[in-house]
Amino acid sequence: MSVEQTATMAPRVYGVAAEFQSPAELLEAVRKLRQRGYQRLDALTPFPVHGLDEALGLRRSPLGWAALAAGLTGASGALLLQWWTGAVAYPLVVGGKPYFAWQPSVPVTFELAVLLASFAAVLGMLALNGLPRFYHPASNHKRYPRVSDDGFLLIVENDGPAFDAARAAEALRAVGGQHVEVLED
Amino acid sequence: MATVSRPAETPLVLGEVTLADVTRSVAGIVEAKTPRAWWAAFAFTGTLTLVLIAMLTYLVTTGIGVWGNNSPVGWAFDITNFVFWIGIGHAGTLISAILYLFRQRWRTSINRFAEAMTIFAVTCAAMFPLFHVGRPWRAYWLFPVPNQWSGMWPNFRSPLIWDVFAVSTYFTVSLLFWYLGLLPDLATLRDRARSRIRQIVYGVLSLGWRGSARHWRHYEMAYLLLAGLSTPLVLSVHSIVSFDFAVSILPGWHTTIFPPYFVAGAIFSGFAMVVSLMVIARWFFGLEHLVTMKHLENMNKVMLATGLIVGYAYAVEFFIAWYSGNPYERFAFMNRALGPYAWAYWTMVACNVLVPQLFWFRKVRTSVPAMFVISLLVNVGMWFERFVIIVTSLHRDFLPAAWGMFRPTWVDLLTLAGSFGLFLTLFLLFVRFLPMISMSEVKAMMASEEAA
Repeated sequence: MSVEQTATMAPRVYGVAAEFQSPAELLEAVRKLRQRGYQRLDALTPFPVHGLDEALGLRRSPLGWAALAAGLTGASGALLLQWWTGAVAYPLVVGGKPYFAWQPSVPVTFELAVLLASFAAVLGMLALNGLPRFYHPASNHKRYPRVSDDGFLLIVENDGPAFDAARAAEALRAVGGQHVEVLED
Repeated sequence: MATVSRPAETPLVLGEVTLADVTRSVAGIVEAKTPRAWWAAFAFTGTLTLVLIAMLTYLVTTGIGVWGNNSPVGWAFDITNFVFWIGIGHAGTLISAILYLFRQRWRTSINRFAEAMTIFAVTCAAMFPLFHVGRPWRAYWLFPVPNQWSGMWPNFRSPLIWDVFAVSTYFTVSLLFWYLGLLPDLATLRDRARSRIRQIVYGVLSLGWRGSARHWRHYEMAYLLLAGLSTPLVLSVHSIVSFDFAVSILPGWHTTIFPPYFVAGAIFSGFAMVVSLMVIARWFFGLEHLVTMKHLENMNKVMLATGLIVGYAYAVEFFIAWYSGNPYERFAFMNRALGPYAWAYWTMVACNVLVPQLFWFRKVRTSVPAMFVISLLVNVGMWFERFVIIVTSLHRDFLPAAWGMFRPTWVDLLTLAGSFGLFLTLFLLFVRFLPMISMSEVKAMMASEEAA
C-alpha cells in the first residue's frame, strides 16, 4: 500500500473536543486557547452563552439584511399584486371607489412584508447554519448528549495540515477541559 | 456612606434548581408513562372534537340554514367564535414577542405554553370563517389565485380580504416562531430518547440542532427578528379583524375606537385563557418551581390592566353615541343595554369590568382558585362581548321593518362546544409530546441571574 492510499483511508480528524462544567469555565478556556493561537474554535452549549460570540471572535449575524430584503420584496410584491389585479387585470367598480389607492392597500402590503421577512429569518437561519444536517462529527463525543442538557463542549477544529491533534488535546487539558476526545469525520 | 437598600427581586425559579433539574422536570413529563388522568381528559375532549366534526359534516351536507343565522343577523355564532378564538391567541404572541422585546424575563417559563395556545386558538378561529362562507371547498377564491373564471381576482378594497391575509400570515408566523423556539428543546428530547421511534421522530424534527456557538448567533438574531416582526403583526391582526366591523356603516360597528379596543380585549381574554390552562398544567405536572406565583400574579396584573382598558372602551362607546348626536348610534347603544339582549350586555360588563377588579387585592391575585374562577369568567365575558357587538348591532339597524332576533340552534351550540374540544385536544397532545416550558430559555435565564 502506498503512502497516499493510507492517508486517504485514515479517517479525517475533524477536531478535538473537551467538556467544561460551566459557562464561565468555557469562556475562560476559549480566551486562553485563542491567546495560544487556536483560532478555529467552536463551542456546543445548551443555551446561548452571553459573551461567547465575542470570545470566539464571531461577527454579528447578517440575518437582518436577509429579512429586510425579503420584507421589501413582500411589500412591493403585494402593492404590485393589488394594483395589477384591481386596476389592470380586473377593474371593477365597488362603491365608487378608485381601482387602486394606497390607503386600502396598506394591510395586505404589511402582512405580506411580515410573512416574507419571517420566512427569510427562519429559513435564512437554517441555511447559514447548514441545517438540517443529521450527522456531525461532534456527535461522536461520548459526552455529546449532555450538550443539550447541562454540558459545555469546546472543540478545537482541524484548521489545516499544520493541525496537531495531540497538541490540541494537551492544550484543552491545560485549560481545564475534561473528557478530551479526538473527533473523526 | 449611605446605602440604598433595594428590595430583593423574587426569583423566577424557586429553590436550588440546577440546569439538569430543568431538563429532568420538563423533558421528564414527555418521557414518563402517559398518566391515566391524561387519557380521561383526552377521551372527553376527543369526544367533543368528534361532535365538532359531526356538526361540520351536518352543516356542509345540509346547508348554512342549520345555524340560527338569518336576515338581518347574517353574522352570529360563527363570527363571534372566530373573533373570540383569534383574540385568545393574542396573549401567546404578546408573551413571546412583546415581553421579549421589553426584556421581561418572567416570560421564559410561560412563553412556550402561550405560543402553543396561540396556534391552537388560531386553528379554531380560522375554521369558522371557512365554514361561514357556506361552500368551504371554494374558500380558495379568497386567495389571489387564478380560479375557473380566469381573470377574476379578489377585491382588495374589502376588509374581509385583509382579514384573510392577516389571519393566514398570523398563523404562519406564529408557527414559525414556535418551531424556532422548539428547535433546541427538540434536540434535548432527541439526545435523551431511548426508543428508536423517539430518536427518529425528535431527530428529524430537531433538524440536527447541536447548539454550536456559531448556530446560536444566527438563532438569536432570527429569534429577535421574529419577535420584532410579530409585535406589529399581532397588533395588526386584531386591528384588521376590527376593520371587518369598523369599516362598515352599521351603528355600533362604525367607530374609530375599535382597533385599540379589540387589541386590548384580545390580550385580556388571551391572558385569562393562559391562566386557566396554566394553573391546571402546573399543578398536574408539578411545575410549581418553574411557573411560580410571581408568573401568575404578573399575568393577573396584565388582566387587570387590559380589563380596565376594555371597561374604558365600553364607557367611551356610550359617551360617543350620546355626544355624536346620531340618533341611530344612540339607539344602537340604548338597545344594547336595555333591549332584548340586555342580559348578554350585562353579563359582559359583569365579567369583564366588575369581576377583574378583585385583582386589585393581592390576596386574590395570588390565590390559585380565585384566579382560576376569575379567568374563566373573563373568558365568558369576552365571548359575550363579541356576541353583543355582532348580534345587537345587526338585529336592529336603520329600518324597524327589517328588525329581527337571533336564536342559536343546537348546531350552533354544539359547534361552539366542539371548538373547545378541538382546542383542548390539541393542547393535550402538546403537553404530552412536546416540552411545555422552554428549557433552553429557562437555563439561559438561570445562567444570567447567576452571573448578575
